[in-house]
Amino acid sequence: MNLKTEIRPGTYFDSVVLMHLQRSLAALPGVDDAGVVMATPANLELLAEFDLLTDEGKAARPDDMLIVVRAKSEKTAVDALAQVDELLKKRRSSVASEFRPRSLEAAAKQLPEAAFVLISVPGRYAASVADQALDLGRHVFLYSDNVALEDEVKLKHKAGDKGLLVMGPDCGTAIVNGVGLGFANRVRRGDIGLVAAAGTGLQAVTAGIHNLGGGVSQAFGTGGRDLKTDVGGLTALLALDLLARDPETRVIVLVSKPPAAAVAARLLGAARACGKPVVIEFIGYPSPGRQIGNLHFAASLHEAAELAVALSGQPPIQEKEQTPLKGHLRGLFSGGTLAYETLLGLQGVLGPLYSNTPLSADQKLEDVFNSQGHTIIDLGEDDFTQGRLHPMMDNDLRLRRLKQELEDPETALILLDVVLGEGAHPDPASELAPAVAAGRNGRKDVEFAAIVVGTNEDPQGLDNQIEQLQSAGATVFRTTAEAVNHVSRRLAAAPAGIAAPVDIVPFQHPLAAINVGLESFYDNLKTQGAAAVQVDWRPPAGGDEKLMGILARMKSAARG
Amino acid sequence: MTIDIDKANQTAVERMMAARPILKGVARARDVIPGMQPNLLLHAGPPIEWSRMSGPLRGAVIGALILEGLANDEKQAVGMVEAGEVQFDPCHHHQTVGPMAGVTSASMMVYELENVTHGNKAFSNLNEGYGKVLRYGAYSKEVLAKLRWMNEEMGPLLAEAISSGEGIDIRALLSESLHMGDEGHNRNKAGSILYTAKLAPLLAKATKDTDLLSEVLKFLGENALSVLNPVMAACKAMADAAHGVEGSTVVTTMARNGTDFGLRVSGLGEQWFTAPAEVPDGLYFPGYTSADANPDIGDSTITETAGIGAFAMAAAPAIVTFISGTPQDAINATLEMYEITAAEHTAFTIPQLDFRGTPTGIDIRKVVELGIPPRVNTGIAHREAGVGQVGAGLVRPPMKIFEDALVAFAEKYGL
Repeated sequence: MNLKTEIRPGTYFDSVVLMHLQRSLAALPGVDDAGVVMATPANLELLAEFDLLTDEGKAARPDDMLIVVRAKSEKTAVDALAQVDELLKKRRSSVASEFRPRSLEAAAKQLPEAAFVLISVPGRYAASVADQALDLGRHVFLYSDNVALEDEVKLKHKAGDKGLLVMGPDCGTAIVNGVGLGFANRVRRGDIGLVAAAGTGLQAVTAGIHNLGGGVSQAFGTGGRDLKTDVGGLTALLALDLLARDPETRVIVLVSKPPAAAVAARLLGAARACGKPVVIEFIGYPSPGRQIGNLHFAASLHEAAELAVALSGQPPIQEKEQTPLKGHLRGLFSGGTLAYETLLGLQGVLGPLYSNTPLSADQKLEDVFNSQGHTIIDLGEDDFTQGRLHPMMDNDLRLRRLKQELEDPETALILLDVVLGEGAHPDPASELAPAVAAGRNGRKDVEFAAIVVGTNEDPQGLDNQIEQLQSAGATVFRTTAEAVNHVSRRLAAAPAGIAAPVDIVPFQHPLAAINVGLESFYDNLKTQGAAAVQVDWRPPAGGDEKLMGILARMKSAARG
Repeated sequence: MTIDIDKANQTAVERMMAARPILKGVARARDVIPGMQPNLLLHAGPPIEWSRMSGPLRGAVIGALILEGLANDEKQAVGMVEAGEVQFDPCHHHQTVGPMAGVTSASMMVYELENVTHGNKAFSNLNEGYGKVLRYGAYSKEVLAKLRWMNEEMGPLLAEAISSGEGIDIRALLSESLHMGDEGHNRNKAGSILYTAKLAPLLAKATKDTDLLSEVLKFLGENALSVLNPVMAACKAMADAAHGVEGSTVVTTMARNGTDFGLRVSGLGEQWFTAPAEVPDGLYFPGYTSADANPDIGDSTITETAGIGAFAMAAAPAIVTFISGTPQDAINATLEMYEITAAEHTAFTIPQLDFRGTPTGIDIRKVVELGIPPRVNTGIAHREAGVGQVGAGLVRPPMKIFEDALVAFAEKYGL
């Protein structure tokens, strides 16, 4: 038996250190057993029981550290004893790891300044994690897909009530306070703020802005369904409002696939009212022209970037707008196509827009002979032309309708078209202009505008017609786009009612975030210098349906 | 039924933290423990019958029957038990807790604590020190002789001494020892010294027998676990104060009998939830391995239940190697427990965490949702009766008891 003993007089170590050393010694190759103790009588007895007590060891005193090794060979035992100091000094090779919380609640306590929670857990769990994040007062970047539409609506309403953003679900990218979340390009900071319901669209525009020498203040993703009717653009509206108030943002870009008409109307209305240039790229969405007031319509993602960079170089808009009119538009058209183009142009900023030839069924006039809200009528339709001449030849019907509109206290702006040319009325302005003048006289609160289509070769004479209408007090345009621009300025949509605006302060500090899910997102945050906590997330109750059900019912019971 | 679980938990945990257990005296178990009978033996953990008892618990039962004079030897003791002449009951059913086997019999001297905030009492036997001891199932002549000395010599002196003072505020003592490197369960070095220092002047006045005084002071002073039993009784008094709050999911009992791990919940009355106890993961004394270890045993998990022990691991960096780690791991251990608890203790704080309160009031909802069972620091008993402690380490209760409790809670409250 190769038993070797070492006594270190007057050396004290905590028993735990001793046990640890003993375990390390016993684990050395060729060592059968080891004992490391303070040499108290009880411990000596213990060693004796395991044949680890030598005569030498018996002589040790209670204040001495006693080390005994039994090994296959004497050399092994001696070598083992020689390693004691090294083993005592040895620290665990793995660096002490920072605590990774399992719950969002603990993460929020660990990094209280984290205003954002990135969520990329499987879709079936994502909504409840997002809900917790909102309960904790954090903005949400929801990368997860397969989140139910009704959950998205619920989350966004809840967020809206609390003044929080829910970016997503299925939000692939955002740039917040200069830090890219999810899939984001590295772009310089600047004064262009973006809101996008299209992930790669946002990447294309932000990259374009960078490559053109511009920079990005904030870029918010909303998730692809945000601008659909069910969600109603809740996130886009909050984000737009935030950018409107953000002093770092001079130009705003909205990017989306074609939104639902009513949602587009709300969003463009809010954009109209925001006081900053807004570039709009609703891919494939019909726009009446290139510009309506502060709204600039781009024809492609790249053009959106170009417009944004160009606008950011210009001095801030000092729109000296007249006080907008209170009331409704009444468009009395003789030409069906002009009416339709005007409807298309205004649908984004004035809604709903009623007509006898509406853009959607829900905007159909209940009674074509009586206007409701904003109304555009095509008087050339069959309802009006039965048994009478077309309004391009006979002004009688239109003059009567104009009088009728003037009797309606809701009327604020009357828009007419005047189409010249062979076959048309020989001098339409001679009948329309007096009616306009009389109307102006009787209703000081009503304005008139007219679109005149024709040439100076026409029998009626273009300049002559314009001159008559202008003298009567109408504002005259040569294109529907100009008329649409004018109308949208005079009848500015009310700014979207934001119940609880997003607090801007967290967007003015270095980003701090909690990441739940894909660890690469956490690594990306750290690489970009953001403060971050990774949540060691697991499915609740290990994914056990029954237990998850109970926990969910407990939570809903708690909310009463 | 509408219940507000969060509010109920807050009530429970506030009661737990407001409880102020004072050590008021030492007395015979039969004179103070409610329902104590001559043929009744109290044991650690949830209820268990003889046939399922593990080695250490059986050994302690035999030893206690001999100590009580009910049996002369092992054979007679076992015969009595098998003939049904001995009753068993968990300590927890009698306002009592005991470390390891926890066997408490009628003639033993016990600590008597009173929670002066709510008026409830708690009891615990006297700590025997290290080596061969009854709580690990040893019942040799020496073991019984030491117990007799404790019950007939030291016990009465302690009784005299403690009753002569104003009582010892164990919560205050723990608050202090947590700042001196103790966590209150596996490490009670500082607490035991504080305890001895408080007792010394009282003991000195209570006897003229300087030999006895010296012996008692030496016994208390050398035993780093002297204060463990009063601490456990104090934790029991705190946990009991939190028990029985309607609608609360806070754990008020965790205890092991060496075979099963048992759990009780504030809002679920006296029902036990049990599952087989596991073998702790830890460090072993010379010559022993995990193959020698008995499954987890003892009522000392009452410390974790009350927000100390493994929950205060960050305060005790000296014993971090029990969880084979670094001081950072000790901090992480405590941080992890914040995730499953309802509150941070108002009396127990941790210097290493900038005096944050210890995680207190285990919430079964959080345990199940996050899949984090509580941590428990523990001594490890040899699986055979009488060998004693073979190591110390970390164990976690089986998840099943928390899941079962959650399901029972949902049934009771119609969720």
